[in-house]
Amino acid sequence: MAELQKLKGRVWRVGHDVDTDLIIAARYLTHSEGDYLASHCLEDVIPDLTAKVQQGDILVAGKNFGCGSSREHAPVALKYAGFSCIIAQSFARIFYRNAINIGLPVLVAPEAAAALEEGAVLEVDAATGVIKDLTKQQTYRGEAFPAFMLEILSAGGAIPYVREKVKQQYV
Amino acid sequence: MGMTITEKILAAHAGLEKVAAGDLLNAKLDLVLANDITGPLAIKEFAKIGVNSVFDREKVVLIPDHFAPAKDIPSAQQCLDIKTFARQQQLTHYYEVGRTGIEHCFLPEQGLVVPGDVVIGADSHTCTYGGLGAFSTGVGSTDLAVGMAQGELWFRVPETMKVVFQGVPQNPWVTGKDYILAVIGKIGVDGARYKALEFTGEAISNLSMDGRLTMANMAIEAGAKNGIIAADAKTLEYVLSRAKRPWKTYQSDEDAVYSEVVEIDVTKLQPQVAFPHLPSNVRDVAAAAAANLPIDQVVIGSCTNGRWEDLQAAAQILKNKKIHAGVRVIVIPGTPEIYLRAVREGLVEIFVEAGAVVSTPTCGPCLGGHMGILAKGERAVSTTNRNFVGRMGHPESEVYLANPAVAAASAVLGRIASPEEVL
Ligand code: SF4
Repeated sequence: MAELQKLKGRVWRVGHDVDTDLIIAARYLTHSEGDYLASHCLEDVIPDLTAKVQQGDILVAGKNFGCGSSREHAPVALKYAGFSCIIAQSFARIFYRNAINIGLPVLVAPEAAAALEEGAVLEVDAATGVIKDLTKQQTYRGEAFPAFMLEILSAGGAIPYVREKVKQQYV
Repeated sequence: MGMTITEKILAAHAGLEKVAAGDLLNAKLDLVLANDITGPLAIKEFAKIGVNSVFDREKVVLIPDHFAPAKDIPSAQQCLDIKTFARQQQLTHYYEVGRTGIEHCFLPEQGLVVPGDVVIGADSHTCTYGGLGAFSTGVGSTDLAVGMAQGELWFRVPETMKVVFQGVPQNPWVTGKDYILAVIGKIGVDGARYKALEFTGEAISNLSMDGRLTMANMAIEAGAKNGIIAADAKTLEYVLSRAKRPWKTYQSDEDAVYSEVVEIDVTKLQPQVAFPHLPSNVRDVAAAAAANLPIDQVVIGSCTNGRWEDLQAAAQILKNKKIHAGVRVIVIPGTPEIYLRAVREGLVEIFVEAGAVVSTPTCGPCLGGHMGILAKGERAVSTTNRNFVGRMGHPESEVYLANPAVAAASAVLGRIASPEEVL
C-alpha cells in the first residue's frame, strides 16, 4: 500500500453548515472540469479564493461541512482550488464519502476545528489523524480512518482503487 | 436483538442473516440512478474503471431533469452525454424530455423502484424512495460509477432514529411536508447525520403515498442517510399497478435497536414555513404571516411537492382567485403523467386563469437552474426542499419553504399567508 504523504499548509476557516451550494453554486454545474469549478469555489464565502489559496492549504470548518446536495463537483472544486485536506468538527455524509472517493483527505477533528486559527501553518498526517499546529506548537488528534478507507485514499481515490480490483479479477 | 427495516434490507442485499449499526458491508444494488448534472461526471469516472459495460442495462437509469429541456449550450452537452452513454450501453431506462419528469417523482410513479430495494442515486434526494419502504440513498458521481460497473457498493449500516407521529392534525392544511419540516426544526439540519430516519405512528399510517414520499424526500435535510416508512396496504395498492419487478416488504422488529426515539404529536401542528437560510429554521405559518414579508415569486413543484396531491392543494386555493399583481407563480408538475392529469382535470386552467405559469416537468428553479431565478433582494415562497444562501438565484435572494397550499395562499396575498386567509 502506498503511503499517504504528510500534508503541510496554511489554515482557511469557514463556519458551520457550509452547504454544497455555497461550495459550488448550481449555476456553475453546467461544467465538470476541476479548474473551472475551482475558479468559483466558495466564492460567496471567501471572495477570490483561488487567487489567495496556495497549493496545499487546509480548510478548517465547523459542524456539518458539505451538507446538501450530492454534487461531487463540491470536493472536486476544493481539491482543484488547492486544498490538500479539510478538517471539520463534522461532515455531511455524502460529502465525506465523495471527498475520500476523489482522494481528498477529510478529517473529523472537533477539538482542532474549534481551536485552529486562520493563517496558522499545519502539518497533517492523514493516515494517523495527527494534526500539528506549527505556528502555536500544538498537537491535535483527529479520528483515524477505517483501514479500507485509508486504502482508497492511498490509492488516490475510489476509481484507481476499484480499477486495481477489477484488474485482479481478470488475472 | 431484532433489526430495523433498514438493517433487514441491507442484510438481505449483502447475503447476511444479521447486521447491526456500524457494520460495513457490500450490498447488491437494485437500481442505480444519475441525472444530467451528476451523470456526465459519473460516465467520465466509469470510463476509467476498465470495464466495458454496466453491470445490468436494466438497472441503470439516466434522467435529464435538472437543466432540461437544456437551458444553454453546456447543459445541452450534458444532456447529450447521458443520452449517448445510454445508447452505447443500450440502457432500457433512458427517457427523453417529454417522457420523463423530475427523477424522484418519476421513478416511483413508473414502478422502477419497489419496496425492499437497495437504490443509489447520484442525487441527494434519492432518499425519497424510502416512502415506499425501500433503502435508497444519495451518492456522488464516483460511487455511482463504481455502482454502474460492479452492481454493488459498500455501506456502513446506519443507526436508526425512530420518529413516531401521534394524533390526527386538526388543521386540514397540514401535510407530510409540515411533518418533515417539524422534524427538521426539532432535530436540526444534522440531527440525523449518518442515520436512518424511520417514520412511524398513526399519522404516518393515515398519510397518503404522495405525503410519504415528500417526507422521505427531505430526510437528507436532517443529514440522514435514508428516510424510511414501512410498506403497508396503502403502499401495496400504489405499487400493485406500477411495479416492474417483484417487491418485498419489511417491518422493524419489536426489539429492534434505535439510537433514539423522537415523538411528535401532530394534533395541534400548524403548517410550517422554513425561513432562510436553513430548512431547520421553521415557524408556524401564523407567525410567518405576521412577519408581513412581501414576496416576488412562488414555486409549486420539485421532487418534494410536484405530485398530484400537491397540485390539487394549490388548485383548491387558486380556483377563481387572482395572483397578487407583484408576484410570479411557477407551477411545475413533477412528471408527464401528473401534467396530463392536471390538464384533463382542469387544474392547468385554474393555474393559468389565476395568472400562473405552468412549466414542463423540470427541476428548474429549485436549484437555481432555470425557469425562475431570483434577482438580488428577491424573496420566494417555494414548495422545494432547500433554502440555502443562493439556492434559487442571487446570493442575496431569499427562499421560504412551505407546503403547496401555503405557497398558493401566499401567491394570492403577495406575502407569506395561511390558506385560511384566502379561502
Ligand atoms: S427538484 Fe430540486 S431537489 Fe429535487 S432533484 Fe431536482 S434539483 Fe434536486
